[in-house]
Formats: sequence, structure tokens, C-alpha cells
Amino acid sequence: MSRLVLRGLTKAFGKLTVVDAVDLALEEGEFVSLLGPSGCGKTTTLRMIAGFLEPTAGAIEMDGRVISSPGSVMPPERRRMSMIFQSYAIWPNMTVEENVAFGLKLRKLPSEEVRRRTAEILEVVQMSHLAGRYPAELSGGQQQRVALARAIVVKPSVLLLDEPLSNLDANLREEMRFEIRRLHDEFRITTVYVTHDQAEAMATSDRIAVMNAGRIEQVDVPHLLYTRPRTRFVAGFIGRTNLLEGRLAEGEIALDGFALKVAQLADRVPEAGNRPILLSVRPQSMVLHRTPPSANGRPVLPAMVAERVYLGESWDYVVRPRDSGLRLRVAAPPLQVHEVGDPVWLEMDPRQIAVVD
Amino acid sequence: MTPSASDGAAMSGDTVTVLPRPAAASRAGGLLDRLRNIEPVSLLWAALAAALLFLVAAPLVKLFVASFETQGTGAFTLSNYATAYGRQRYLDALVNSLTLGLLSAAISVVLAVPMAWAVSRTDMPGKGLTWAAVLGAFVVPPYLAAIGWILLAGPNSGFVNQAWRWLTGAEGALVNVYSFTGLALVIALNSFPLVFILVKAALDLISSEMEDAANIIGAGPWTTMWKVTLPLAWPAVLAGFILVFLETIALFGTPAIIGIPARINVVTTQLWQFFEYPVRVEVAAAYAMPLLLVTVGLIAVQKLLLGRKGFVSQTGKGGERRMVRLGPFRWVLFGWCAGVGALAVVMPVLVLIQASFAKAWGRGLALDNLTLRNYALLLFEHEMALTSVWNTIWFSAAAATIAGAIALLVAYLVNRRLVPFGEVLGFLCMAPFVIPGIVMAIGFYAAYASPPLALYGTATLLILAFTARFLPIAYANSQAAVRAVHPEMEEAARILGAGRLQSIARVTAPLLKKSLLGGWLIVFILASRELSAAVFLVGPRTRTMSVLLYDLSEAGNFEVLAAFGGILLAITLVLVAVGMKLAGRDFMLRRE
Repeated sequence: MSRLVLRGLTKAFGKLTVVDAVDLALEEGEFVSLLGPSGCGKTTTLRMIAGFLEPTAGAIEMDGRVISSPGSVMPPERRRMSMIFQSYAIWPNMTVEENVAFGLKLRKLPSEEVRRRTAEILEVVQMSHLAGRYPAELSGGQQQRVALARAIVVKPSVLLLDEPLSNLDANLREEMRFEIRRLHDEFRITTVYVTHDQAEAMATSDRIAVMNAGRIEQVDVPHLLYTRPRTRFVAGFIGRTNLLEGRLAEGEIALDGFALKVAQLADRVPEAGNRPILLSVRPQSMVLHRTPPSANGRPVLPAMVAERVYLGESWDYVVRPRDSGLRLRVAAPPLQVHEVGDPVWLEMDPRQIAVVD
Repeated sequence: MTPSASDGAAMSGDTVTVLPRPAAASRAGGLLDRLRNIEPVSLLWAALAAALLFLVAAPLVKLFVASFETQGTGAFTLSNYATAYGRQRYLDALVNSLTLGLLSAAISVVLAVPMAWAVSRTDMPGKGLTWAAVLGAFVVPPYLAAIGWILLAGPNSGFVNQAWRWLTGAEGALVNVYSFTGLALVIALNSFPLVFILVKAALDLISSEMEDAANIIGAGPWTTMWKVTLPLAWPAVLAGFILVFLETIALFGTPAIIGIPARINVVTTQLWQFFEYPVRVEVAAAYAMPLLLVTVGLIAVQKLLLGRKGFVSQTGKGGERRMVRLGPFRWVLFGWCAGVGALAVVMPVLVLIQASFAKAWGRGLALDNLTLRNYALLLFEHEMALTSVWNTIWFSAAAATIAGAIALLVAYLVNRRLVPFGEVLGFLCMAPFVIPGIVMAIGFYAAYASPPLALYGTATLLILAFTARFLPIAYANSQAAVRAVHPEMEEAARILGAGRLQSIARVTAPLLKKSLLGGWLIVFILASRELSAAVFLVGPRTRTMSVLLYDLSEAGNFEVLAAFGGILLAITLVLVAVGMKLAGRDFMLRRE
């Protein structure tokens, strides 16, 4: 049985529908991210799961029991969840230790156990030496660790994280990403993580739900989300890509200036019919050659380098296939140097091309 | 007294503990269930709305209605307006009020702008002293300053004139406080802090780069100040001017103490005369209308001035500020600040203290003139003095507590969006800001003095009036305090298992305590010196210190009067000191 299930979850503020019929199920111990641009409804969804907002339609179930539905919302304090907030919300009037012990004390645990578990979790997040400090005396990263400890120590049924890293600087953010995943591997708490940063979602999650305009566009494991995006939005939002508009007819996809055989694609496409089709081609999936490569069954197009940018880790080329209006972005290793205006041969890998709705 | 803050917060939690009931219980309940869920907050909303209507709206409406009523019968009439504007003397009072307001505001600007510029932008020495002078002028009640200046600049025995005669051998007086200019100066010397606070806040926001930009294309420090810095602060100067103008036209104490002997009649003193036996509330209501309309209009203008973004440079970045180097001229500015401080605070307070320990104040400092009799008289013999001290303390404390509780509840409901139309409550809380105290007092008198409530002469009437009068200050303070506590602070407690009440008690209340205490003290201090509303509403047994001071000033016994003023000042200073200690050094002068 799934731990947490969202069924047709909807939230409207007046006429504005912020979350639109979201369906999602989390298994026990699973880490799922809600990923999307700001305003896509991910935080609203999270706050409905927490019980701070009442859904307009749909329901939230935990362990098979409805905990949120229109007109009936179990209050947050009775859900046995915990949450990490964007502002950390570390109480400035309590020490680190008091912050962490707060939830345990509310559960009326014996003070001996409160002390032991607080000490243990502070050890885990490497904050033991600062237990007596007040939050104002801590750095952003340290406050973040306190927030993590405070949320985990109560062994919640579900852990909710609302953009917890957005206030940290880049290096610390990367460090805390792995910290969050490490804690998840250690405690296996069912987790919903809200973020707009795809790298964050990729590094931490078992599965990612990409949200746009209140809807979930695709839920998948991170690498499939990248290689097999299902919608135009997901293809564009996760990494960079070339979106090619074509036309499917008689087992072939006609693109501007060239064609691809449907049979070569890894994606299953119903061959029948004559209809428009959209392809996502990642810059990393194409290779540039100075001379025509030996035939290996893959499509090769003669092209010309139109622009280039050196990014350190790679070259970012824009090439124009001959007899085509297309401009394709292609990533190449640092040592593969082509001048602007050089003729090149562009090799595509049909298996890495995704058909997008 | 102090826990008022947390009490208020806890109360809100109690009544706000809303809602949601466990899912299993009811899905079929539908509408009924929903009603049950919303009820507690709605009840609180209704209770607050009723309280605010009673405190704010009803007196105003009654004031308006009464101005069209015939005394006794309540029949519709226009004769009140005919009476109120039918005599040259009454019209003169209107003109006098406006002229006095303009003059006092102009003098205040002249006094305060150089001080604000010096403190905010220059390397003038003695900034701490300047701050002390501003705070001092803010703390000394206007009517006490007025009495001090009577002792200083009375035409015959005022110390300044005595000294002048002694120095020059002249016969006449150098200065005469019993004149229109004298009155305007005394008011300005007490009101200039309003201009100072606004202008300094505006100057603080102007980054030095603005001035650098002028310097680099060839403007010297003076040109820069005149052409760049001051124009940027211009809206604040104007706003300060308006505030002092409004303060002046609504002021009762100073015009009554100085103006009446000098035969200068203004609107407030004329209103007072309408309240002499037989009381003509209806005429007073009609006569108060211009005061109300001018205030509402000018506050709107002032809001517009301060709200125009982009004019006052409100850039957050590049905000580095360096002080303008003045060279020897900094001593001139220091002299100016010190001079204002001496005239506004040091001299009047010193003569008051001197008089309070004197057998006859005119004889000055002499060993055989010293006595404690004035204080002894007040503390042990005077039948009303101690009662009035007690009245003042408990009326002010009650008003500060009620205003604080209402303000906190409303601020919390509005900020956390717990009820629809919360802004209506916020608006009602802020509304008294545009009602002069004296007008509000007449409204309270008209609405609640006579039956059915018959509150005339009761403590309740005064407490309610003080509550209404200072509600905007309490509300602005509560709003800032509540806004400063991130809602996530509470949510973090709730998700860990604390109910709404519990999370407010454990998290929100401790975080709000300090700033709410500051707000409570400000209201207490302002209420404890309030005169213009109190003087209309007190009965024989509910006299406050301020009203008793005014009574004593009519009797003309300046030594006892000064001693009583000394007691009031001492109480105020203790409270200010407590406030500074607990709520921060600038708790009274913070610009909201």
C-alpha cells in the first residue's frame, strides 16, 4: 500500500486554479521531488499535504485514510509529519538543543529519551558542539542542519521540504544536497521535496514529478526524465534540448531538410497516419566530425558551424545543417575545436531522440 | 502589566483554534460542517468589528448626526451651523487656528531641518546631545512647556525679561509669551521632533553616491545640499510641515494656557467655551467639522507625498553613506542644535524645577526661597492630586492594554489572512489617526455621555476615549511586530505536533513580547499626558493629572503647578527609561 496518495488534488484561489487535478502516489520510504518553475503550484501542493491549506477538490490519503478533502482537513499537528521551511523557521528564542527537542517534548516522551535522541540526531548532522547556541549565532548552513535535525528527530511518517536550499550559496547548496540524500538513505523517511532546481532534484530523488501550471507533466526516475521527456515542457525544463518539429508519414519523420526512420527511434511511435510530431534532441546526443564518418546506420548531415561558446567543461556549438533552416545546439568535448564557418558532419543517435507530446 | 502582549496573543489563539476536524468524522456533513468549522474565527471577527464600531465609528457618526439635531428634542435643524459660524468671534477663531498652524509648522521646519541634516549627513559633533534634545522635546507634554515659557517669557516677571532689564536697564520687555508669535514659537519648540524624525528618515535613505554624482560634475558641498540632498527630502519636509500644522490646530493645552490670557481665541479653546455651562454639544459638533475635514484632507495629501516612490530614493543597494565634512562650520550647526535643545527642553524644564522648589518662583534661586512645601501640599493635603495620579496611571494602563489587545488581534487576523475582510478591521483601527483628539472627545461625549449609557464622569468613558485615540499607534506597532514573525515559525511548531494555541503560546508570543511591550509603553506615555480629549470627558472624580494641571494653571499658583508638573515628568521619564531598556533606545522615535 502506498504511504501517501494525492487523488485529483486541486486548489483554486478565487478564479485562479493553482493546483489542477494532481495525482501522485508515494511508496513507503520513497523520496519524490516536486520540480517546476516558480508559480507552478508545487509549494501549494506541499502545503496541502502538510494540512496548512484546504483542497478545493480531490483528496489526500495517508496509509489508506483520507486526511484532506474539501471541507475536512486534519490539522497539521495531528498528521505526524514534519517539514523544513524555506526560511528554516528556526525559533530564535530557543537554543539549538531546545529547537530540536521541541517535537519530542510535545510527544510527551520521558526526558531521558528526549535528551538521548536529541544528542543522537545532533551527532548525525554534526551539530553537537553547537547544541547550546542560539540560532542568531549560526551560519545559514548550520541553521539548515538544525532544521533537518528538528524535522527528522521525531521520526515523521512523511518529511516535507519546501525549497530548503534556496537561501544557501552555491557550494553549500551542493554539500547540503548530498547531506539530505545521506540522511534519507540512513532513515528511509517517506519524503516530498519541493524545488525549482533540477540538479537538486536529480541528486536527491528516487522519482521526480515535474510540475507546470498546476499540473504534473511527468513523473519518472531522474535519468528517464532526462532521456525520455514526455512533454515539450519537460524536455525544455530538464536540461537543454533542441526541439524539432516534423511530420510523420509512411514510417518516416520529415524534418526541415532531412528525414528520420521511425523504426530507428527507441520510442514506440504508432506509424499510421500523417500527422505533425515533435522531437527532442539533446545537445549531448549528437557528435561533430571534421570528415564524413564511416557509415554505421546513423543519420549523418553535412552542416556548418554558425556560433560557438567555450564553457570550460565543453564547447557549445550552434550548427546549421545544409539545405535546412534549423539551428542545432551541439555539445562537444573541449579538445574538439571547430572554427565558425567550418564545414562539419553532424551525426545523430536516433536511440537518444525522444518523441514529445 | 507587562504580559498584556502575550495574553493578547494567547487569547487570539484560543478563539482562532479553528477548524479542521479529522477527515474520518465527516464528509457528509457538508455545509453544516463547514459552518461549524469557520465559526470561532467569525465570532472573533464579529466581536472585534463590534468593538471597533463602538470605539471608532459610532462616536464619529454621532458627532455628525448631533450637529444637525436640536438640543433636547433631537429634531433636524441647521441652526447649530448658523450659531457656530454666525459670529465674528467664532470665525476669527477659525482663522487664528489656521494662521497659528501655518506659523508653528513653518517655525518647526526651520528649527528641525538643519538638525536632521546635521545628524544624518554631516560630521557635526554632539549628535547624541541632539538626539537627547529631540527626545526631550517629544517627552515634555506641550502644556508643561507652555507653563515653563510663561515663567521664562512672561512680560513682567519672566526670567528672560528680568535678565534683559538687568543687563540693559531698559523698561520694557524683550519677549512676550502672551502674543501670537510667542504662542506659535512655544508650540513649534515642542512639535519640531515630528519634522525631525520624518526628514532624518528620508535623508538616511539617500545614498552618498547621489551627492558624489553632483560633486564629480563640479558642485561643492553647499550646492549639493541645496540642489540634490534637500530636494530629495522635500516630500518628507512637507509631510512634517503638515503633521505639525495638524497637531497645532488640534492642540488644546498650549492655546488655553497662553492664548486665553492673551485673548487669542482658536478653534479648540472656542470648542471648550461651547462646553461651558450650559453645554452646547450640538453647536460644538457643528463647529468641529472644519477641523475634522482639514485633518482628513491633509493626511491624505501627506500619504500621497510619502507614498510617491522613486522620488525619495529608496534604493537598497549602493546605500553607502559618508558624512559631509563641514570644517569649522560644524560648530555653527552644533550651536544651532544646542540652542534649539536649550529653548525646547533645558530652559523650560529648569525653570519648572526651580519653581517647584520655590516659595515664590519670581525670586529665583536663593537659599531662603527653597521649600518642599509645594510637593508636600500635593502629596499630603491636596484632595485631588493623588487621586489624579492614580487615575492617570490606571486609565492609561487600561487604555494601553485594551488598545494593545484589539490591535494585536486585528493585526494577527489581517496578517495571517484568517478571516475574509480583515482589512475592514485594520481600516477601523487606523481611522482615529485622522480624527483630532478634541473632535473625538466631542463625539464620545455626544454618543455616550448621556443616557442610555450615561457614561459621563465615569472612568469607563475616559478609558474608552484613550483607547480609541491611541488605537492607530497600537495597531501600527502590532502590525510591524506580527509581520516580523514569519508565519513559518508557527507552522514549524504545528507540523511538529503543537496546536494553534500551543504554537502561539510557545513560539509567537515570546517573539512578539518585546515589541508589544514597547507599543504598550508608548500608548501608556501618550495617554498619561493626554489633555485635549480628557478635558472634555472628565467628571469631578475622574480628573487626570493633565486636567488637574490645567485646572491649577487657571488658578495661577505656579509653584504648586510646577511641582505637579515635576511629578508628571518624573513618572514619564521612568517609563521612557524602562522602555529604552526593554524595547530599544529608539522605541519612541521609530518611524512607522
